Amino acid sequence: MYRETEIVTDMGNDLVINVGPQHPATHGVLHLVITLNGETIKKVEPHLGYIHRSIEKMCESLTYRQFIYVTSRMDYLSAHINNHACALCIEKGLGLEIPPRAQAIRVLMDELTRIASHELWWGAMAMDLGAFTPFFHAFRERETITDIMEETCGARLTMNYMVPGGVMQDLHPSFQQKVKDFLVLYKRKIHEYDEMVTGNVIFQNRMKNVGYLSPEDAISYGVTGPSARGSGVKCDIRKLYPYEIYDKLQFDEVLETGGDSFARYMVRLREMNESIKIIEQLIDNIPEGDFQAKTKAVLKLPKGEFYTRVETARGELGVYIVSEGGTTPYRIKFRSPGFSNLSVLDHIARGSKLGDLVAMMGTLDLVIPDIDR
Amino acid sequence: MLPDELKNKITELLPSASFEEGANAASGWVTLNMEAGDWLAFATNLKRDPSLAFDYLFCLTCVDWKTHLTMVYNLDSTTYRHNLVVKIKLDRNKPEIESVSEIWRTAEFHEREVYEMFGVNFLNHPDLRLLILPDGWEGKNPLRKDFDDPVNMIKL
Repeated sequence: MYRETEIVTDMGNDLVINVGPQHPATHGVLHLVITLNGETIKKVEPHLGYIHRSIEKMCESLTYRQFIYVTSRMDYLSAHINNHACALCIEKGLGLEIPPRAQAIRVLMDELTRIASHELWWGAMAMDLGAFTPFFHAFRERETITDIMEETCGARLTMNYMVPGGVMQDLHPSFQQKVKDFLVLYKRKIHEYDEMVTGNVIFQNRMKNVGYLSPEDAISYGVTGPSARGSGVKCDIRKLYPYEIYDKLQFDEVLETGGDSFARYMVRLREMNESIKIIEQLIDNIPEGDFQAKTKAVLKLPKGEFYTRVETARGELGVYIVSEGGTTPYRIKFRSPGFSNLSVLDHIARGSKLGDLVAMMGTLDLVIPDIDR
Repeated sequence: MLPDELKNKITELLPSASFEEGANAASGWVTLNMEAGDWLAFATNLKRDPSLAFDYLFCLTCVDWKTHLTMVYNLDSTTYRHNLVVKIKLDRNKPEIESVSEIWRTAEFHEREVYEMFGVNFLNHPDLRLLILPDGWEGKNPLRKDFDDPVNMIKL
């Protein structure tokens, strides 16, 4: 991956260091080759592929029911939303109507996943910056969500709960009560997040004016999700191209205009509250009825091309299916948010100090299996 | 812009463009086919023209049709929120197309991925190297249909 000739020609007075692929701050097997001048970053070069499984190629030999489960292994923190995107794309191809109950369940699960993902990000990012305690506080709340998931979906991380036409099984009888308990717990504890980290002067100094990303660059680099909304770019697919019942729900698109690491941090914190709002609107209003539309055992998509866009915890996920009319997709492409978000790292890191790189990576919220696929 | 207005405007800019209907435009967006030679100039117009303003390239990929390759560019405008899909046929034996990484920076990474997975040569790309595949990877491109790896691929 890294050629020796490059080290010799590039070096001069510069220092080339490798971060990763085995490094705690990269949260996975990401390999960054960083060129330094003193402590100032001149270039960041990502080398990918350490967890590349070629999911796109695998999907070409799996049926439409089977390949959904592989996508849980892309962005494992929004596994549910990945499954959702695939299910939506297949339903688009089949022209299926989804029962209202299934839609409500899907949205509820999506938002729970989003909170769980942001909570893990919050704990892990604070840990990157040297604060160990927040990690446990974040996991305390996240654990209640994974317990709810386990009860209804049967798994804590890779849920595999979505099927074309709805969800795999009905909600567990204690689901509503447990979610309400979680809402109470969350509201009682959320102020601790601000007291512990957000208001901390040392933390703010490390975050503010670090890794500035302008709105134009965010669009040009294809940055999406909270990372782009920290620069004031409206990019929430739930608002722009609503799917399921998002157009009927009351919630705001969180925007910050700072463009620095702190703005991206604030977007995610505030976004958790928006997800709470959505859950509150839905939890007592889950329609009765079927949780799954009637589908054939073997699905065949008509010949053609289908594309869906959804908003995961990290940004825009696109699923592009090319069908030849068979039982397996002819070609499938996942436009993963992490891949595009990573590409901006070099741009925002240039000229800053090496110590700030971890803060920038933390607020871009990179999940490596999502980048490699 | 509404789909019909968009079609008229694009025909004005590029008279040789042909629009796809039906199954191949099932994503619901205006889909057009064009020649690889016109791509760079047309792409510049798509971004610069104030009434089009396609400033966001949200997906760039390639499809191997066994007889030819098709590049697929999905564009979005953050100002007007209209979408466009551009498809360009490439010769399978010698696929070459101009890079658009100067226009949309996100294309740099996506083109590197297509380069290694499909073997498409992007002209004037700033840094066309392997991104995901290990260094020294030679031979076939994994996402092409005739790729075969008897050791690592399990046949179902």
